[in-house]
Amino acid sequence: MTDFLYFWNHFAFVILMVSGLFIIITSQNYIKKIVGLAIFQTSVFVFFVSLAKIIDGTAPILNSVNNVYSNPLPHVLILTAIVVGVATSALGLAIVLQIYKNYGSVEENEIKKEELKENS
Amino acid sequence: MNFLIINFFLISILLLTTFYIFKTTSLISIVALTGIFTLVCAAIYVNLDAVDVAFTEAAVGSGISTILMVMAVAKLPEGKKNQLLNLFPSIVLSVSIVIVLMLIIANLPLLGDPNAPIHLHVTPEYIKESKSIFHIPNVVTNILASYRGFDTLGETIVIFTAGLGVIVLLTSNTLNRKTKFKKKVKK
Repeated sequence: MTDFLYFWNHFAFVILMVSGLFIIITSQNYIKKIVGLAIFQTSVFVFFVSLAKIIDGTAPILNSVNNVYSNPLPHVLILTAIVVGVATSALGLAIVLQIYKNYGSVEENEIKKEELKENS
Repeated sequence: MNFLIINFFLISILLLTTFYIFKTTSLISIVALTGIFTLVCAAIYVNLDAVDVAFTEAAVGSGISTILMVMAVAKLPEGKKNQLLNLFPSIVLSVSIVIVLMLIIANLPLLGDPNAPIHLHVTPEYIKESKSIFHIPNVVTNILASYRGFDTLGETIVIFTAGLGVIVLLTSNTLNRKTKFKKKVKK
């Protein structure tokens, strides 16, 4: 039972990553695709942060009471990645708005249909 | 032990939220669910001792990202009924990725193992030395701003470029195509 609890984060990482990928591939709405990308990124963040955890450790702020600290290095990497992820989704949303201005739709299958109709 | 049980429940909420994001079609509901998703993530980070990450996730991931999405969705039409294309190839791809990743995570150290390879190298020196060099008790700040300052500089360049791209995309009219379905755009 306890082993299961110890592995739960890794398991959830796999499920979240794959469901993000699944949403990106199958959904036809562009906003939903961007949300899928955000889920994909967040799965990696949770995985990194759970690798950094030490049992009975505290947050890596030095003090005189504790002497076991969780690993600060993955935290730094994830801090950078979170901000870059928001920049990515902002750029994606701007592209979606531009697509809507040009095609009148944000559904991928409709846009493909219109393109085919126009080309023929 | 308490930490493990709290972690289990928070991660389960995360998985449930993902399922509902997949199921929902209304765009504004998807945005609200994304806000919930990132806030639960922030709670998970606090539970896993990553307080700085939780702070950033709550401010940037849950705040700014949700505001940007609401602003975009306000200009878009309501989402259509869930039409899933490419269903068969994506299921094959997902199942194969799950199998490969499950084989890999079976060999990883358990959550919170103090003897995992990740904890044995660079980090002990960071924790031991950084206070005497930079006089700041927060190790994450020391690494972010000093040991890995160039990473942070690169990050600011990335954000600057992304902001530039957003401004160019939102203000340009030269991309507009003169087509018949331009009329359908709501004013």
